[in-house]
Amino acid sequence: MTTLILKRLGIGLVTVLAVSLIIFFGTKILPGDAAQIRLGQSATPENVAAFRARLGLDQPYIVQYLVWLKNFMSGDLGASLASDVPITNLIADRYQNTVFVSFATAIIGVPISLALGILAAMYPGTLYDRTLTLVSVSLVAAPEFFTATLLVLLFVFALGVGNAIVVGSTEGKGFFELIAHFALPITTLCFVIASQLIRMSRAAVLNVMSSPYIEMAILKGVPRGRIIFRHALLNAIGPIVNVVALNLAYLVTGVIVVEVYFGYNGLATLIVQGVQTRDYILIQGLGMIFCLTYVILMLIADIAAYASNARLRHPK
Amino acid sequence: MARKHDDDVIFEARDLKIHAVRDDGSELPIVKGVDFKVRRGEVVALIGESGSGKTTISLSALGYCKPGLKFAGGEARLLGQDLTKMSTEELRPVRGERVAYLAQSAAATFNPSILINEQVTEAPILHGSKTKEEADAKALSLYHALELPNPDTIGQRYPHQVSGGQLQRLMAAMALCGDPDLLVLDEPTTALDVTTQIEVLKAFKEVIKKEGAAAIYVTHDLAVVAQVADHIVVLYNGEIKEAGPVETIINKSEHPYTKRLMGAIKPLPEAGLGEDTEDLGRESPALEVKALDAGYGKGADGKPTTMVLRDVNVAIERGKTVGVIGESGCGKSTLARVFAGLLPPSAGDISLDGDLIAPDLRNRSREELRKVQFVYQMADTALNPRHRIKDILGRPVEFYSGLTGAAKMERVYELLDMVELPKPFAERLPHELSGGQKQRINLARALAANPEVVLCDEVTSALDTIVGANVIELLKSLRRDTGVSFVFISHDLSTVASFADEIVVLYAGRVAEQGPTDKVLSPPYHPYTRLLISSVPEMRTGWLEETIADKATLTGMASGVELTDTGCPFFARCPMAIEGTCDKIEPPRRNDGAKHIIECHREIDELMGGG
Repeated sequence: MTTLILKRLGIGLVTVLAVSLIIFFGTKILPGDAAQIRLGQSATPENVAAFRARLGLDQPYIVQYLVWLKNFMSGDLGASLASDVPITNLIADRYQNTVFVSFATAIIGVPISLALGILAAMYPGTLYDRTLTLVSVSLVAAPEFFTATLLVLLFVFALGVGNAIVVGSTEGKGFFELIAHFALPITTLCFVIASQLIRMSRAAVLNVMSSPYIEMAILKGVPRGRIIFRHALLNAIGPIVNVVALNLAYLVTGVIVVEVYFGYNGLATLIVQGVQTRDYILIQGLGMIFCLTYVILMLIADIAAYASNARLRHPK
Repeated sequence: MARKHDDDVIFEARDLKIHAVRDDGSELPIVKGVDFKVRRGEVVALIGESGSGKTTISLSALGYCKPGLKFAGGEARLLGQDLTKMSTEELRPVRGERVAYLAQSAAATFNPSILINEQVTEAPILHGSKTKEEADAKALSLYHALELPNPDTIGQRYPHQVSGGQLQRLMAAMALCGDPDLLVLDEPTTALDVTTQIEVLKAFKEVIKKEGAAAIYVTHDLAVVAQVADHIVVLYNGEIKEAGPVETIINKSEHPYTKRLMGAIKPLPEAGLGEDTEDLGRESPALEVKALDAGYGKGADGKPTTMVLRDVNVAIERGKTVGVIGESGCGKSTLARVFAGLLPPSAGDISLDGDLIAPDLRNRSREELRKVQFVYQMADTALNPRHRIKDILGRPVEFYSGLTGAAKMERVYELLDMVELPKPFAERLPHELSGGQKQRINLARALAANPEVVLCDEVTSALDTIVGANVIELLKSLRRDTGVSFVFISHDLSTVASFADEIVVLYAGRVAEQGPTDKVLSPPYHPYTRLLISSVPEMRTGWLEETIADKATLTGMASGVELTDTGCPFFARCPMAIEGTCDKIEPPRRNDGAKHIIECHREIDELMGGG
């Protein structure tokens, strides 16, 4: 088990390194370099050359890569090409919004979705199960902006609560005030992750429910609730934590549409701005952060799956 | 064992009917009005082939129908209550409390994530009939009664940490923990080795007697039935064909179907049962391995970390059959994998038609691959469920002989004919076939390559007695008609004995005994061969008691197969072991003449006695 976890850590590390290579050299093959972009079209070749030397861009790529990686690991992501502000400062402004929205969505959306999915697996084929399946399939198919629009129509225009966009400052607000502040984006995201979580947790539990040991539990007269929570769920944890981790990673990195729709600044909008302004340094730094988020979440999911498996915890 | 004075009926089926509900809502009768009674202290066996409805009927004693089935009429009365009319909630207190179930595969029936003891004591604690302490005490006494190793701590393990035979007995503990009035046992020993089967049967029989429960015992094995049952109910196609006391059915059965079931029982291994096949007069054997060592994993010195096979020499003559027997874990399948090139050996030579060939499959030519074909145990998993039979057979035909179009189909029909299936089967999908038919297709696929050697790994083990016997007949006629050689791997000695010209007895990866079938099955015996022979149940009552009274068999049952590095691996289980010699020095290879080899420290004369 320990070796397994160490192996898994090693794989995670290799993944991060591989992604760092792709991010670094991927941005290098694009036309123009940082010095040209920073100084603009009108800069003289001498100025560009001097600036390149200052940024270390005259060094061989491999040296640049190693320096960049070393700086990244020590927390120095460099300065934005567009504004000369350190990337870490840019991120600090935005990350609170993203982290809060993701966190709130996770603590509200994940437990509710799992409960709904498991309940559907307890009563397969019933009206409840079929309705839930229909709704969750429709939600998977609907794009985020469509879900968001429906919610705005319902709450803002029909019921007259809240604003169609996120307005005002988050300064000095408490937890529940913040929830209210971001109510619509959080609700939208809950719907987005719910569809996948419901379907996967239902499928994972149903899959276990058809195994002979569940039939045995039925034949021992074990009540349905205990069959689900003691006998089935233990063996369905592996696939479920994986889907949860993937959805959490999505919340940190992939919510650009929701951020733009509701007009608040988060990390996803920031990376799009980076692309628009050809701010390579920003793209590299955020790319690495997103990669780390994925790798760490998947690592936690896999370790949780290992830990839930008796065969791995207690080898022969 | 008639207990007529005790007329207390535990379970009674009255005109019981069970239907399968098809997707379109129409119903298909599975059980067509069955009547029988189980009295206290009595074991009633339900026997029949697969599809006879025996499992479905036995589950009615728990008021349970598998998904897709429903009670369609009649009654299943347990202690006077009709279970077919009760709701799941009403049945809950009955299940696990009044009636308990033992399934065929304990490995699948235990929840892999929960400690054994919790699963064993779960039912009585949930039903409130025992406190946790009482249930634990009961479980502990059952572990002792079932002669489980380390009874005090075995409950604190997970199911994967104990052996198959132990898990099977633990399932009995799970069933008995709630002191049920009725036990339902569904083929509880079918998946076990003969030696383990004795051990489990003995434990079941004693515990049933001691606890005073009644039992319904479902099986297709009449020899096992003769050991455990008081009454037999013979089922065919959802109807009772014959019923009566065990002695009557076994010895004086009149019904043609029962006779067919008995006829399919393979005769006990006896000398000279191997079929005489013509010597086709080839100089070199079709397939031969010499001084073979093989194992899994790769150690630092390039040798396998777990050595399985050591110094194995086998020659398969053209048109002959070599049987490989031994309990699970003896290396039988590993040997087949080496023959097929799936597992390159760490030492030794493999030759085909007298020429050395590459140990690794990937380095063999197509022609060499064609000559050696593999047939897997589970036809269910070996056939692609989405391919039609014509594609399953057509693909190797095209690959090896280059035939296409009409010529390919012609060959497919020829193959179907060889395995005695009609042409229209070419258009079917695997799930439209019965188990025996699937195994025939599995075999036809190997024959499609026009092979010289076919490796059969437990091909009849998953089949019923009658269906399995038919497959063996088919193999015999194929051998006669095509001159193909077979390597026939099985843990079932009687099947091997009825078909093989030569037998290799493997124990812990070493050849214990090897030679012509009649020599191996007659004295002198290797002690392990003798144990295997004496463990095959005989179809007469009282056999089990006689066998477990024999001390030699009892010592042999003691434990499972363990791979050892020094001495004779059978040492710990051998009734004739010589302390200080057998555990320290590798046994010499004694040649009894006529290619009959025994690896044992004992002299040939000492190995002559009885068996």
